[in-house]
Amino acid sequence: MERPLTKNIRPGRPPLDLKEYERADGYQSLKKCLKEFQPKEVTKIVQDSNLKGRGGAGFNTGMKWSFVPMNGDIKQKYLVANADEMEPGTFKDRILLEGDPHLLIEGMIVSAYAIQASTGYIFIRGEYTEAAEILRKALSEAYNAGYLGKNILRSGFTFDLHIHTSVGRYMCGEETGLLNSLEGKRAIPRAKPPFPQVSGLFGKPTIVNNVETLCNVPHIINNGPVWFKNLSRTDDGGTKLYGVSGKVKKPGAWELPMGTTIREILEEHAGGMMDGVKFKGVLPGGASTDFLVEEHLDVKMDFTNLMKAGSRLGTGTMIVLDDKTCPVGFVHNMERFFAQESCGWCTPCREGLPWVEKILRTIDSGDGTLEDIDLLLFHTKYLGPGNTFCALAPGAMEPLQSALKYFMDDFKRHITQRGCPWRH
Amino acid sequence: MTKIIIDGKTYDVNPKKNLLEICLSIGLDLPYFCWHPELGSVGACRQCAVTRYRDEKDTEGRLVMACMEPVQENMRISLKDSEAQKFRKNVIEWLMTNHPHDCPVCDEGGECHLQDMTVMTGHTHRRYKFKKRTYKNQYLGPFINHEMNRCIQCYRCVRYYRNYADGKDLNVFAAHNHVYFGRHEEGILENEFSGNLIEVCPTGVFTDKTLKKNYTRKWDLTNAPSICNQCSLGCNIIAAERYGKLRRILSRYNGKVNGYFICDRGRFGYEYVNHRKRIKHTLMRNRQNGNLQETNKDSISASLKEIISKKKVIGVGSPRASLESNYALMKLVGAENFYHGVSENEFKMMKTVIDILQNFPVRTPSQKEIEKADAVLIIGEDLTNTAPMLALAVRKAAKNVRGKLGEKVNIPEWNDAAVRELAQDAKNPVYILSCHSTKLDDIAADVYHGTPDEISKAAYTVANFISSDAPADSEISEDASSFAKNISSILLNAEHPLIISGTSLLSESAIKSAANIALALNSKNLKAEISFVVPEANSIGLALMSGEHFGTFNEKQDNENYETVIILENDLYRKAGKNTADGFLKKFSNVVVIDHTENRTTVKADFVLPAGTFAESDGTLINHEGRAQRFYQVFVPTGEIQESWRWLKNINTRMQNQNGKQWDNLSDFTNALADEMPILSGITEIAPPPGFRMAKQKIPREPHRYSGRTAMHANIDVSEPKPPEDPDSPLTFTMEGYRGEPPSSIIPFFWSPGWNSAQSINKYQIEVGGPLHGGDPGVRIFEPKEIPGKYFNIIPEKFDRREDQWFMFPVYHIFGSDELSALSPGIAELTPECYLALNPDDAQKLNLSKESRVEVIISEEKINLPVKIKFELAAGTAAIAAGLPDSPFIDSPSWIKINKVE
Repeated sequence: MERPLTKNIRPGRPPLDLKEYERADGYQSLKKCLKEFQPKEVTKIVQDSNLKGRGGAGFNTGMKWSFVPMNGDIKQKYLVANADEMEPGTFKDRILLEGDPHLLIEGMIVSAYAIQASTGYIFIRGEYTEAAEILRKALSEAYNAGYLGKNILRSGFTFDLHIHTSVGRYMCGEETGLLNSLEGKRAIPRAKPPFPQVSGLFGKPTIVNNVETLCNVPHIINNGPVWFKNLSRTDDGGTKLYGVSGKVKKPGAWELPMGTTIREILEEHAGGMMDGVKFKGVLPGGASTDFLVEEHLDVKMDFTNLMKAGSRLGTGTMIVLDDKTCPVGFVHNMERFFAQESCGWCTPCREGLPWVEKILRTIDSGDGTLEDIDLLLFHTKYLGPGNTFCALAPGAMEPLQSALKYFMDDFKRHITQRGCPWRH
Repeated sequence: MTKIIIDGKTYDVNPKKNLLEICLSIGLDLPYFCWHPELGSVGACRQCAVTRYRDEKDTEGRLVMACMEPVQENMRISLKDSEAQKFRKNVIEWLMTNHPHDCPVCDEGGECHLQDMTVMTGHTHRRYKFKKRTYKNQYLGPFINHEMNRCIQCYRCVRYYRNYADGKDLNVFAAHNHVYFGRHEEGILENEFSGNLIEVCPTGVFTDKTLKKNYTRKWDLTNAPSICNQCSLGCNIIAAERYGKLRRILSRYNGKVNGYFICDRGRFGYEYVNHRKRIKHTLMRNRQNGNLQETNKDSISASLKEIISKKKVIGVGSPRASLESNYALMKLVGAENFYHGVSENEFKMMKTVIDILQNFPVRTPSQKEIEKADAVLIIGEDLTNTAPMLALAVRKAAKNVRGKLGEKVNIPEWNDAAVRELAQDAKNPVYILSCHSTKLDDIAADVYHGTPDEISKAAYTVANFISSDAPADSEISEDASSFAKNISSILLNAEHPLIISGTSLLSESAIKSAANIALALNSKNLKAEISFVVPEANSIGLALMSGEHFGTFNEKQDNENYETVIILENDLYRKAGKNTADGFLKKFSNVVVIDHTENRTTVKADFVLPAGTFAESDGTLINHEGRAQRFYQVFVPTGEIQESWRWLKNINTRMQNQNGKQWDNLSDFTNALADEMPILSGITEIAPPPGFRMAKQKIPREPHRYSGRTAMHANIDVSEPKPPEDPDSPLTFTMEGYRGEPPSSIIPFFWSPGWNSAQSINKYQIEVGGPLHGGDPGVRIFEPKEIPGKYFNIIPEKFDRREDQWFMFPVYHIFGSDELSALSPGIAELTPECYLALNPDDAQKLNLSKESRVEVIISEEKINLPVKIKFELAAGTAAIAAGLPDSPFIDSPSWIKINKVE
């Protein structure tokens, strides 16, 4: 089984330096692009590979790039790597950032070439200090080797790449919130249209891609779109970094073919549930995806199949709920996070999430009423996509609405027993 | 036009507007908070949700925010769809989770957009059972009260303050449901347009402190359409009274003049109307003890009638009095005895301004048209302090480049956050030629500092670069020349170049050089526009009348035979030095003053007639644009106060029309004036005559919710007094009358069923943000002449500094430099002490630091002033704060000696 994203990563040892990375065929895709392909051809190859955004939205990456205006009169364009990995339960990009920094850098240079961006930023989560240090070192190596800066490898192409460490808001992971933050403004989202491809960072055409997405690009260029598609077990191309947290025997992250089933990940890679606890449900793609339960264990983890099952691939890093953990407390914890991280821009999110959080707290502490359940359902209905300004509140409603669907009895037990059955 | 379908009905709509604007323009009630016609859309509050259907087969539809939705041909939407209605109700419910239930005691109550929208959506039942969020409030200065607990986080305040008015010291802090709008620390809001927060805020977070001091419920106010008289711009206002006190000013929408906003001087400077120095009774000097003593209307009228019939009389008119009052004075004394109550310098400058506006092929734009300029050159005016709203208009002009940039990538101009993001710092060019730094420098492409003459020389040179027919300046400095060269090419490349100058620098050359530039651009087939700032609310009106400035009285033949002078609404000590003014008044044994507030002239008078302020009188003013506008009496004052023109009518029995009927009401004066002066013939069209009725009724100044009328005077008499009549306008002083929409010029207040706040303006406009129904009020009197125009060709000489003297020029302060508003407590609090400013080298030469005081002799008066150091002042010049209560009269050109006070 091929593991292009993680092949260079040696757990417990420092990442490959430039020389080692080059020996492992590093920067070949950049050389190939500059020599053989026009920018538009690079975009076409990535589009044909059906690489879908690994940040969670799952939009075809090449297609996204194709919306960037390519006429010569736009002088400044930007490429931004979204390394603000803030989704609860998610730690997959960190592995790439710390484990193989040159892969991201190479991916970014190639991507920048495709859209003819002259400046790039790696917007990295503030707590990822080690990754930032590793990236800084790799950047300096890449500059010294002529992979970055003016006239890269004498091709005439110029690309400067900077690291920006975030001060830490969940909102910065949303691409337009990220752009505002990068400009030094409040991290509030922007309305789309206009999309960042037209008016992004500092009002210039900008592409924001997730770290994992960008790390796939060199391999697609080196091996072609057909190879990439064949890595997958389903129609969504490539491999995927899957992760598991919760009460499993071996929590962690693994690069597996796209479309590996939940059961295989849980049982073969995470080692199954810890002794004494049983599987109750799972958020398959981070905190802002819907619960799936026992009956869904054989669902293939990709964009399409998870959607059919009523959830989303999200970041592909799952959080497992077990039978010894209270689902109300579990969801309350999530909602407290989302309420805290609401940027305060739009009414439903700013006022709705704290309300939801307070209701869950009340139910959890045994003071809930059946009307509270109605109010929770009310919020899951009205904090949906389109009603709020961005996807934060709809994302926050996904674990809640599915918890109410699958674990309603547990909610009602809190109310009828006037307290949390797990604590008493 | 685009065809769209709203709830099954087809409409042809303007495709440049968003769906919310369209719904409101059609007259549909769609609630909103964060959108504002001047601020555009950001989609934050989610209140204007409507259901949009894919096509006619789609019965589900999806919710969209109308304010963020461009219109498309055959678009199908519904406001009535139950899901949309529910969602809009939910948004209110969410907002109400934290909004206090203090409506009955809230300042905003009864005029609160949040109240209106709550009622409109039908939210009545509270399901939120937790505690509400609370905040600390801040002291924001003498004008604005801060009550953050009421905030619904619509973000309008910061969007207005920061993005529109370019203020820096109001911001949004914190996040999630603890978002806070205020300053980084308590303190006076710095922006000169902060008062608009009161109207921009949809609820009671920012409220009027001056009203709070004299609080009354807003539905209990008597209102009148008025014109601000605190500078020459003539912004439209609504002034409101209860119990004989003026209580507040709101901006009155005029799509040609001030739009939705006014400046803080205009909004908070009204309190002089309630000042203890107001003259309420007729006063006559007691010849025995020399004191001014109260008398009564009949006896003073009789005395004055006698004096006038026997003695020769001259009149001194006023640039702050109405056309009608000035005309009444002119009628009384005769045109040959009518003098303008202004200095020689001001008189000359005004004549030049009038000459240019009247006889040049150059158009003068309205305030709102100034916002459309794409290149602006300001010559010698510190707009923020001399004509504040013009500064705001120039700011908007600079930012107008955004719309154009957006158009190129299909971002509609109303998509506010997106166009600002796209445009970043891009601005239309604004260039400033000034003697000192000004607040507009922050948006200027470049600024040139020099002496008043050096500024004019640079401006003359701009004209010469544009067209070699314009005179060249052979002595121009290299600096000034390259600056001028740059501006000339910017102006030549603009589509709507605009030159702004004015009288505040006391430099006729500045005015003339501005005209030369406009002429030169015109000769290149560019439709350049020119705008002048003039000293007072009716400076243009007075300047159009015949007569000389009062300083020329000395040259009048047999002037020693004139024993009586009637001075109309004018403090001559602001128009001449002390000795000159004293000398002038001493020539007359009968000094008659008609004015409303005690000043240095009224205390010298032998007869004082208490005039109405703008709030107690009707009349016509002509603003800087040459727009004649009518202001209306708000309330009937106590005592013997009445309009100046009415006093003049009382003491002059010769005011009759052809069939011998005595002139009686305002329109008799207006009509006679229009007949006599062809240029003013349009002033009868400004507003309907007093006899105008709608459905046989007058227009009430009081809303139908007005309360307590039968009780108001019950302490005096239990039977309700007959309401006062208003012979001068179609308005009543009561709540009875026509309840529909009056003509645009006589709207006493904006109100529409369900719309109790300023947002009801939507209902009075042809299209949201567009002109009022029937057109925006005011009649323009100047239009460009189709003649080539002649260049001015006397270029000032090179500035030579003097060894021991400094060339003095005035600087102004929005708070304090205007005579009347300076009497208002809030304004007075922000008024600086008069000072003298020098550049650091000159200060050093005089051994002065910023703690020093100096003694100077200005206009024959010796005064002691603190020193300010200003780096940008030209060597050999000194700036003095003008117009402040303790400022001397300043004439120009004048040189002063400066002595350090040890």
